[in-house]
Amino acid sequence: MITACDVTKRYPEGREALRKVCFEITAGEMVFLTGHSGAGKSTLFKLLAAIERPTSGSIVINGQNLASLRRNAIPYLRRKLGLIFQDRKLLFDRTVLDNVLLPLAIVGHPAREAMRRAQAALAKVGLPNREKAFPIALSGGEQQRLAIARAVVNRPAIILADEPTANLDAASAGEILEIFHAFQQVGVTVLIATHDPLHLPHLQPRILRLDQGEMSDAQTQSSEGGAA
Amino acid sequence: MSAWLAQHLAALRDALRRLTAAPLNSLLSLLVIGVALTLPTAGWLTLDNLRKLTGDTPGVQQISIFLALDAGKRDHSEIESRLKEVRAGPWRFVPREEALKRLQASEGMTEIIASLPRNPLPDAFIITPTEAQPEALESLAKIFSTWPKVAHVQLDSAWVKRFDALLRLGKLVVILLAVLFAGALVTITFNTIRLQILAQAAEIELAKLIGATDTYIQRPLHYFGLLQGALGGLCAAGLVSAGFQFLTPAVAELARLYGANFALQGLSASDILVLTAIGGALGWLGAKISVLIHLRHIV
Repeated sequence: MITACDVTKRYPEGREALRKVCFEITAGEMVFLTGHSGAGKSTLFKLLAAIERPTSGSIVINGQNLASLRRNAIPYLRRKLGLIFQDRKLLFDRTVLDNVLLPLAIVGHPAREAMRRAQAALAKVGLPNREKAFPIALSGGEQQRLAIARAVVNRPAIILADEPTANLDAASAGEILEIFHAFQQVGVTVLIATHDPLHLPHLQPRILRLDQGEMSDAQTQSSEGGAA
Repeated sequence: MSAWLAQHLAALRDALRRLTAAPLNSLLSLLVIGVALTLPTAGWLTLDNLRKLTGDTPGVQQISIFLALDAGKRDHSEIESRLKEVRAGPWRFVPREEALKRLQASEGMTEIIASLPRNPLPDAFIITPTEAQPEALESLAKIFSTWPKVAHVQLDSAWVKRFDALLRLGKLVVILLAVLFAGALVTITFNTIRLQILAQAAEIELAKLIGATDTYIQRPLHYFGLLQGALGGLCAAGLVSAGFQFLTPAVAELARLYGANFALQGLSASDILVLTAIGGALGWLGAKISVLIHLRHIV
């Protein structure tokens, strides 16, 4: 589903954010991408979402190599991804429902079908009765749910989330992870970048650890827990 | 096809929403665009009216041959045969009695003519030359003046030429104005779209991040420029029509005093349509340029 090989990202000022990173994520997997802040998690997130391009190496998503992707093909790639941004990027001048309708409007879904899907997505993340509210009226956890609803309303096969549990209390963070788990259960591939992986006993995600731009050996959360 | 149409309708709705979201701003922009389009339009309309004033066939040149007062029937036929010979073009003979009658019909002349002891007007031939070149006309006039019993030859084209030259100058001024104010309109739209993009930077950035194509993002902005320009064109049509309405009584009064049958011609429906289309096209152009320059900075 996602294959990265020898991915290096060097910024113009000379800083090397990622160095020869390799990994593979198969369809339906749930993977945590961990590491300290500055380890390169956000950079990798940006490369996977084609917001930035790798300096060298290849990233293949669904058979498409992002390194050689044409500029005008990028929107169509992003439509297949459910992106959840660290700063959530909610539109505060639009209602909850309109926020969720935006990706469908971009794709050009008929209004009635779009409405049905948006309502279903809001129900799935546990925000069924807040359609008319504005994001400012939502709690942090609810805002994150809204961001997830917007990411999944197009029914993507892959969800990429950058620090989705940051700034949330443990209970809300756990609920958010449960939502991701539910999507993984129905076959969606989930990659979550987080500096603080929560230990939820029934989630057994694979851990990819980034350390100063390099990837250390992949392991599962349970084996990491056993080693600690 | 229907999806394509739906996307365009959605973009149009979005543009309308943005236009009505800040009514005062939109109104001011429309007024500025309206005024910018009003000046060249009013100039063009004035020229058009002046051209109508000079007759239906402006630029037609005439040569008048005035005969001596003692010229008789034989002299007339002599000149007719000579005219046929030189093939100057179609002509018309105006006997002196007819000329007098016509003069009498003119405003204010009746009394003057009645006071004259006899008809002071000569017989005349009025030639519409087939040749329009000034040199050819002048050499024709020279030839006519050497003929017997010809008292005076007048080239009527002189004033027409002067008037035509004046109209041409006026036309250049109007074109200059039009280009200048078209530039102003494009600039105004450029700036409003720039402000739109700045105000919606977050929304545009997000839309790009979740898979919006450039076309999707640009479309409402293009429609916004188009709508604003077209409405500005309508606004200009309103202003020009109001101005002409205001001037019509005064012009009619002036024309009556000169005994002329002349009424100001305002904008026709097709003129208004063209004006709206021009406004729309210029607005679209301004939006297009603004989008090309300012959207580059967002992701």
